[in-house]
Amino acid sequence: MKNFTLLCVIIAGLVGCTPTIPKDAFKLSPTSLEDRQLQSRKFDTLDRKVLLASGAAVLQDMGYALDESNATLGILTASKKADATDGAQIAGAVVVALLGGGAMPVDKEQKIRISLVVNENLSDSESSIARISFQRIVWNTQGQISRVETLKEPDLYQGFFEKLSKSAFLEAHLI
Amino acid sequence: MTKNSFIFAFTVTIALLTGCASQNSHVLAGGSQVELRSIQTRSFDSNDRTKMLRSIVATTQDLGFIVDKADSDLGTVTATKLSGYQIRMTITVRPKGDSQLLVRANATYNLQAIEDPQPYQDFFNSLSKAVFLTAHNVD
Repeated sequence: MKNFTLLCVIIAGLVGCTPTIPKDAFKLSPTSLEDRQLQSRKFDTLDRKVLLASGAAVLQDMGYALDESNATLGILTASKKADATDGAQIAGAVVVALLGGGAMPVDKEQKIRISLVVNENLSDSESSIARISFQRIVWNTQGQISRVETLKEPDLYQGFFEKLSKSAFLEAHLI
Repeated sequence: MTKNSFIFAFTVTIALLTGCASQNSHVLAGGSQVELRSIQTRSFDSNDRTKMLRSIVATTQDLGFIVDKADSDLGTVTATKLSGYQIRMTITVRPKGDSQLLVRANATYNLQAIEDPQPYQDFFNSLSKAVFLTAHNVD
């Protein structure tokens, strides 16, 4: 009987209507300056529309579709769906199944979102700053969202700016 | 434990379960309009709306958001943050008189509208740093 009361309390707690927001969600993180440097490059041009159009071309090269664009604010947002199967994860699921754990869902597909923002360089009137960010949503084989995250691997940013640099015929400088 | 207290615990649990809102009630849900507007709005001493919108985009990027929609004519930006959770936020900028701008933000955390003042305070603090202007409370 005592356990039943406890169970009632737990269930009521689980369905509680007010989740708590992480305290740092709207605060600048201690690494935000480093993140900005990682995600930004300086280009020696003032024609920001051309830079943005070059960005659109690079995104098209990589199979992205544009979701939003605003030339006045210098924004492009694009996304694409891609395969998300991971060999190691499948191997793990097979082992679980062999041990009698039943079918374990594994990652199946992902949506990658990328945004490119081109802005004036406040510390230099001769150049512009381009900044990109990547996000990912992963769905598993049961159709549930298994992960939502921001991608922070430096290779991804380096790779994108190399492509943008070639497309715009301009050199990308670290800021 | 007596039979009565068992019935009491059971009733309370069911009451709590049904206490959560029904599906249709979410359509027009929301807190007090006056109170919500006041915690979600700040005024800034600037009349350059495009620059403010650019600073808002830069701040959301600093905070890990990606812009979903932006309209420079209307002065709105919608952005999403994914970091194990999802926060979706819309920010609007409109003129207040000749020398000020009103910036309002509203956000949802996963499925829940954020009505707590602190997250908005944090956001406007971050924005203030980007625009080098003080965010004033609005009555």
